[in-house]
Amino acid sequence: MIKTRGLRKSFRSRKQTVEAVRGVNLAVDEGEIFGFLGPNGAGKTTTLRMLATLVEPDGGEATVAGVDLRRSPGEVRKHIGYVAQGGCTWDEVTAREELVLQARLFGVAKPQARQRAAQAIDAFQLGEFADRHCKTYSGGQRRRVDIALGVVHQPKVLFLDEPTTGLDPQSRAHMWDEIRRLRAEGMTVFITTHYLDEADALCDRVAIMDYGEIVAAGTPAELKHDVAGDVVRLEVDGFAEKAEELLAGEAYLRGMERVEQDLRLYVDHGGSAIPQILRVLDAAGLPLGSIELHRPSLDDVFLAKTGRSLREA
Amino acid sequence: MYKLARDTWLVFARQMGLLLRNPVWVFVGLMQPLFFLLLFGPLLKGVPGLGGTNAYKFFIPGLLIQLALFGTLFVGFPLISELRMGIIERMRVTPVSRFALLLGRAGSATTMLLFQGLMLVLLAIPFGLRVQVGPLLLTLALLALIAIFCSSLSYGVALWLKSEDALAPLLNLVSMPVLLLAGILLPMQYGPHWLRVLSDYNPFKWSVDAARHLFAGQAGDPSVWKALVIVGALAVIVVGWAARSFAKAVR
Repeated sequence: MIKTRGLRKSFRSRKQTVEAVRGVNLAVDEGEIFGFLGPNGAGKTTTLRMLATLVEPDGGEATVAGVDLRRSPGEVRKHIGYVAQGGCTWDEVTAREELVLQARLFGVAKPQARQRAAQAIDAFQLGEFADRHCKTYSGGQRRRVDIALGVVHQPKVLFLDEPTTGLDPQSRAHMWDEIRRLRAEGMTVFITTHYLDEADALCDRVAIMDYGEIVAAGTPAELKHDVAGDVVRLEVDGFAEKAEELLAGEAYLRGMERVEQDLRLYVDHGGSAIPQILRVLDAAGLPLGSIELHRPSLDDVFLAKTGRSLREA
Repeated sequence: MYKLARDTWLVFARQMGLLLRNPVWVFVGLMQPLFFLLLFGPLLKGVPGLGGTNAYKFFIPGLLIQLALFGTLFVGFPLISELRMGIIERMRVTPVSRFALLLGRAGSATTMLLFQGLMLVLLAIPFGLRVQVGPLLLTLALLALIAIFCSSLSYGVALWLKSEDALAPLLNLVSMPVLLLAGILLPMQYGPHWLRVLSDYNPFKWSVDAARHLFAGQAGDPSVWKALVIVGALAVIVVGWAARSFAKAVR
């Protein structure tokens, strides 16, 4: 549904050129929820905006819904919906008015536009407040209206930029349900997020982005499996560097990352690795603050690929 | 062409809807010229050479041009909020015509101005203003051209600066000399040579001249067609430029 090759974009500000996106290759299948995960400033939003025809790429190729993005952006616009970060409704209008207008801007005739708006209000359960002014809505209600506005013309692909940023946990769960419902209707959904749990729970496939490049892509399970079977986390206050040196050559180790005084050891089987790790540290007389074993998270994937933790990036 | 007309109508209807939801602004915009009419007009009656009912035939056309300038030059402000809220972006990803995004907005600003201008003329009649319908309609046409020019300029600059804090001082900086050099309060003939030469480069001075001749029943005066051509040409240029700003980053 979406294919890109070498998509690039740089911005110039005050004589400095910032390469926001440096060659992105992607393939998003029809009917999947595809997530772009990365820290702020990684180039997720710029990539999304290029695919949504809002920013012209400097180089590379892309097709969206089978249409060449660079040759006919006007044609692409007929098949896509786009929801920006933050709300996009005027305070003094009602959700119903905006939905009708949005459908009409896509060329739908007035009676059908009214019908589409009514359907969207039903589907997104906006009925309670759809005829009140937008300024009276809660954050979660506003966000649902935003998404409804993005799909009122029934696009093939929906682009969502950080759909749940700033929402409370309940509204967030509700939003995930709405996005899954759109997928069930056959829509391809492309989201950006900097929430690990969102990428993990919601997305069928994830691309991890850092400094304008995709550093890893796959299903969340694949990505985590590629890093390690288990992660052993050691807290060795004051001796982290020493411990890193001592453990570096161990045969069972698939990888190791240090985040300040925290060591993360990537191993295939945590249960058999822990006694060996303890033996090494003990022999050197290093005091161990704590040790814990967990399944790898997408943060571990990010750490393994970039050397930084997403929480700190 | 049909699509452009339809899209423009959609944007226009939305903007008018927003405007009518807060009609108080339409009247607030009228307050300033009304104060001039009530508190400054009587003063002009005493000025030698302008005295009598003649004063309003001199003064009201100038007020109309001033209303047109100040009533439409600042319409870019809400656009910046719309930009920040993502409303413009939401409309940009639709296949809506880029020209319509500008023309619909400029159209609503123009409609509001024509209503205000007509109100001002009607309110001046009890003060002794007399004007024929034909020249009045021509004056309104000139006002419409000014409104399209100023509102498009305002939208274009707003899209360029993207900040209210930058837009306000810039518009004030430009509008003040333009206003003073238009001869709205006193005719430019009273000024020294250099001031008159300077004012010849001000399209609003031509507009004020034209409106005064129209109110005096002299529609055939060369200043009339000159003003219409000058402002019309400026309007076309600025509409083209501002529509491109709306389309920027999107082809």
